Amino acid sequence: MAYLSSLIAGLIFGLGLIISGMTNPAKVIGFLDVAGNWDPSLAFVMIGAISIAYFAFRKAKVNPHSALGEHIEIPAKRDLDAPLIVGAIIFGIGWGLAGYCPGPAIVSVAIGDVAPVLFSIAMLAGMVFYELLIKRLLSK
Amino acid sequence: MINWSEFTPWSSLLGGILIGVATSILLLINGKIAGISGILGEALSAKKRELGWRFAFITGLILAPLIYALFHPLPIAATQGGWSTIIIAGLLVGFGTRYGSGCTSGHGICGISRLSLRSIAATIIFMLSAALVVYLTHHLFIKT
Repeated sequence: MAYLSSLIAGLIFGLGLIISGMTNPAKVIGFLDVAGNWDPSLAFVMIGAISIAYFAFRKAKVNPHSALGEHIEIPAKRDLDAPLIVGAIIFGIGWGLAGYCPGPAIVSVAIGDVAPVLFSIAMLAGMVFYELLIKRLLSK
Repeated sequence: MINWSEFTPWSSLLGGILIGVATSILLLINGKIAGISGILGEALSAKKRELGWRFAFITGLILAPLIYALFHPLPIAATQGGWSTIIIAGLLVGFGTRYGSGCTSGHGICGISRLSLRSIAATIIFMLSAALVVYLTHHLFIKT
């Protein structure tokens, strides 16, 4: 049951990314290109998503138990530390270069285009590199 | 047909609502945060925590265009940059999202929805960083 609801959530999430235009890197770049022919469409994606998810998170705050009896894990960190800021800058550089963030890249893997597959493999490699680096730093 | 090359407030809003619904399902049924980089990255970590629901969610993402294509032709995806740019961008996105604990979904949607100051800051920073890169590559003609 947990796997089924997770699969359905992933499917709806993916359909949302396609319909919204997020899986088209040119459209993402058009949103980021405020000095050019700016396309503000993707702000509407955030407005739509947040206006629904806001209520879900509010409900989770009142009752931190999911329908399947799981404890709802909300990130507890509060401080604006260096990893948050540096990580966001690095992510932004990559996002601005190719127009793919993690969700749309994975959704685009099966559309028959080489670019999102290549991007996704590199992205997973970047994540593995992070794990190795953190492990190395922690073992010192 | 939706023409995605123009300003598309309604389809983008509808897509956003679907993303919000999916985020709510994962949160209120599974008790999990729909942050894509976290779902992927934690599955790749040495701890390999709870692989089942992560794979199920990723499978859903990958199936989405195949299901969509049964009803409508998929929108055209215009790739940006050459192969080397795409590979470098992928590495930066993978590393940066893990180091900064989230991406557009985890910080931009989930974090802002719960009014997390960390996520609001992260979202502003990665949007500024990305917009600056687009400015440099599209207006100052730095070749990528």
